[in-house]
Amino acid sequence: MSRVLIRGGRVVDPSQGIDAVLDLVLADGAVARLGDAIEPADGAEVIDASGLVVAPGLIDVHVHLREPGGEHKETIASGARAAVAGGFTAVVAMPNTDPPVDSPAAVGFVRAQGLRAGLARVYPSGCITLGQAGEQLTEMGELVGAGAVCVTDDGRPVMSAGLLRMALEYSRSFDLPVAVHEEELTLSRGGAMNEGIIATRLGLTGIPNAAEDVMIARDLILAELTGARLHVQHVATRGGVELIRAAKAKGVRVTAEASPHHFTLTDEAVEWYNTNAKMNPPLRSAADRDAVRQGVADGTLCVIATDHAPHHYDEKEQAFEDAPNGIVGLETAVGLAYTELVATGLIDLATLVERMSCAPARALSLPGGTLREGSPADVTLLDPHLEWTVDPAEFQSRSRNTPFAGRKLRCRAVRTVVGGSTVWERAR
Amino acid sequence: VINAGDGKHEHPTQGLLDLLTIRDHRPALEGLKVCICGDVLHSRVARSNLHGLRRLGAEVGVCGPLTLMPADVRDLGVRYFPRIEAAIEWADVLNVLRLQLERMKGGFIPSLREYNRVFGVTRARVEAAPRDLLILHPGPMNRGVEIDSDVADGPHSVILQQVTNGVAVRMAVLYLLAGGPAADPAEGGA
Repeated sequence: MSRVLIRGGRVVDPSQGIDAVLDLVLADGAVARLGDAIEPADGAEVIDASGLVVAPGLIDVHVHLREPGGEHKETIASGARAAVAGGFTAVVAMPNTDPPVDSPAAVGFVRAQGLRAGLARVYPSGCITLGQAGEQLTEMGELVGAGAVCVTDDGRPVMSAGLLRMALEYSRSFDLPVAVHEEELTLSRGGAMNEGIIATRLGLTGIPNAAEDVMIARDLILAELTGARLHVQHVATRGGVELIRAAKAKGVRVTAEASPHHFTLTDEAVEWYNTNAKMNPPLRSAADRDAVRQGVADGTLCVIATDHAPHHYDEKEQAFEDAPNGIVGLETAVGLAYTELVATGLIDLATLVERMSCAPARALSLPGGTLREGSPADVTLLDPHLEWTVDPAEFQSRSRNTPFAGRKLRCRAVRTVVGGSTVWERAR
Repeated sequence: VINAGDGKHEHPTQGLLDLLTIRDHRPALEGLKVCICGDVLHSRVARSNLHGLRRLGAEVGVCGPLTLMPADVRDLGVRYFPRIEAAIEWADVLNVLRLQLERMKGGFIPSLREYNRVFGVTRARVEAAPRDLLILHPGPMNRGVEIDSDVADGPHSVILQQVTNGVAVRMAVLYLLAGGPAADPAEGGA
């Protein structure tokens, strides 16, 4: 019987309303006990957590691990290593690989590669439509059977409202969340950045907020119609936040994400054609960024997810309009969330844990997100006082595409425990 | 690096040659009203003109359908004219941009015919102008679309002089940036 005692840390578990210095016992891959001054059992591994925050393992419901087909950018193993280095004990892999994960065999492959890596838990997601082509629904029941935790055509919107309605209705048989990338393609017109004065000055085609808002409005209406679970990915506009807030107030079953880059940066980061500031949805105005922050604070955007999108350096070394979208996020997320949201007084530490662990687990019905007795022994030890500088050379990810290089952050994961085993430890 | 025109961003030597051409024909740029007409959205010429003209004290306007205007264009310090008549009423100088013919396919305008009728710099409009207009066009022109052939070859047009000045300006840029000494004003200029 393997036992671990995590001693003297500040246990922050919003799922039980706990924020106190406590000891935590893990046994046989599960949480065994939470209590005061627990003496270690014989042969137990003792971890000194004094001065640290002990949180239920962080969960990122939106990562691109690129395998199969993009192994030069990331593999499931390297992505899982980046995850644990960033304090994540579980991640949900997006299905827009090559080939896309639209069959039970592909779902099984992702799951098996995750298990083989033995680091963070890797949960597969499946496509909504075959080949993400937006024409025919995937066999959702089979995908769930193989281990998919949600369906999504992430990277692409489902342009047909009728088809998305069908997907939402069909998903109800499995109580399966449908995660959506919101972009009306005839409005975004292949644009490369936020529409506005900066795009105008740089001579780049802009994407109006309306491209996102129109689709969010449409899908909230369809979620209300069908009663299905809608998960809105990477909300970046103030209009989107308002629409989701109103839908939640009406009782629509919707969860929504905020990405660290969207609550940290604005389209000013694109100046000088910085391709590491190119993402989809694009970085928006300060008013949008502030609305995203507010959405995280009041729970409208109940989940913080990175949209970790590794790209090889030479793919980003292209003309801005030709460069691919996205940045890596796993290894900077908790530092950005703490520095931008907690250190600024917008949210407290418990809310950060709620947004990065408890709510993501609930949104996609994943195990974890709690330190209740019997739940998985997935624990993240954070040092909230640790000041550090982002150095992409240190990343465990295969890719380095980040706009945050050189940025000074506070708070970092110093130890990541999955299933009772320490899978990452940072020298202190 | 010499920027010889990049994408939809800037075209600095075109900006310089347009400024030179205007100055050849008007005593000063200061206070002059210059309207850039047409597809500003896709134009690198427009962006360089705009910065250069404003730097030298001119007032700048833009005119065309909103589908061909970049977002927040007014924030670049220009005034926007939805109709060409109002622009001509206001302007001393028109810089007429080339309308890429594929814009019609992209849905930015419904037809070339209507574009000429509503936004074209036509002879009738130029003759009705309250001032002696100066008319520029960076070329190549779509005669009968954004500009009437009569206007392009007419008394207000300085389009051919733009071409000539283009050679001189680009020679000067290459000479100066390749390390040649600037002319010494004390010696009476070069």
